[in-house]
Amino acid sequence: MDVRVQDVEFDLGAELNRFAARQTGMGAVVSFTGIVRDIAEGLDVMQIEHYPGMTEKALTKISQEAKTRWSLGDVLVIHRHGALRADDLIMMVATSAPHRVDAFAAAEFLMDYLKSRAPFWKKEVTKSGEDWVAAKDEDEDALTRWN
Amino acid sequence: MDVLYFAWVRERIGQPKDTLDTGAATVRELVQELRAREPRYEAAFADLDALRVAVDQELADFDTPLSGVREVAFFPPMTGG
Repeated sequence: MDVRVQDVEFDLGAELNRFAARQTGMGAVVSFTGIVRDIAEGLDVMQIEHYPGMTEKALTKISQEAKTRWSLGDVLVIHRHGALRADDLIMMVATSAPHRVDAFAAAEFLMDYLKSRAPFWKKEVTKSGEDWVAAKDEDEDALTRWN
Repeated sequence: MDVLYFAWVRERIGQPKDTLDTGAATVRELVQELRAREPRYEAAFADLDALRVAVDQELADFDTPLSGVREVAFFPPMTGG
């Protein structure tokens, strides 16, 4: 299991290659990448704040939970904080499993939990001001399918 | 005890952290204590439904007891991913 919270960019291709290369006997690797969208008009910067210490604990706990629910080989989570711009990579998860069904399900589970249970907050800074991104009800609702 | 604030909670209060001695038995009592301090705290804690809380870096609720707790954090619903 590999959980990283960092302000610097990550190389998606290199990370995924390294992750896949260190698996043994895994028939499937699934990855998801989150990218900054310029939904807010004139988006200058997407500022991502987090809670150092708790963030790493929360991501580790969610990853461990995924490993108890599905037959997984490994989990990788990388999440950035700091000032990002449109089209920058925010985060990635990767899962490996003997079978793809487990790898896909675990990646979706990780994303659903990470969105509303890992202590990150996004703020959109535009030409006309700045606003904290509000949590969406649908993101909270998405958790119920894993109960 | 360290009390941490994140996102707009931090902005409304105007600082990221307070270190205080409190007799509060629960998170809710701590909130009442903080609200009574100054209007900026009152503004930050006006609507508890809009807030989430972590106790010693684990998500908790407002009825969580504070005995032995070293760190409490208040923040809006999280928007990761």
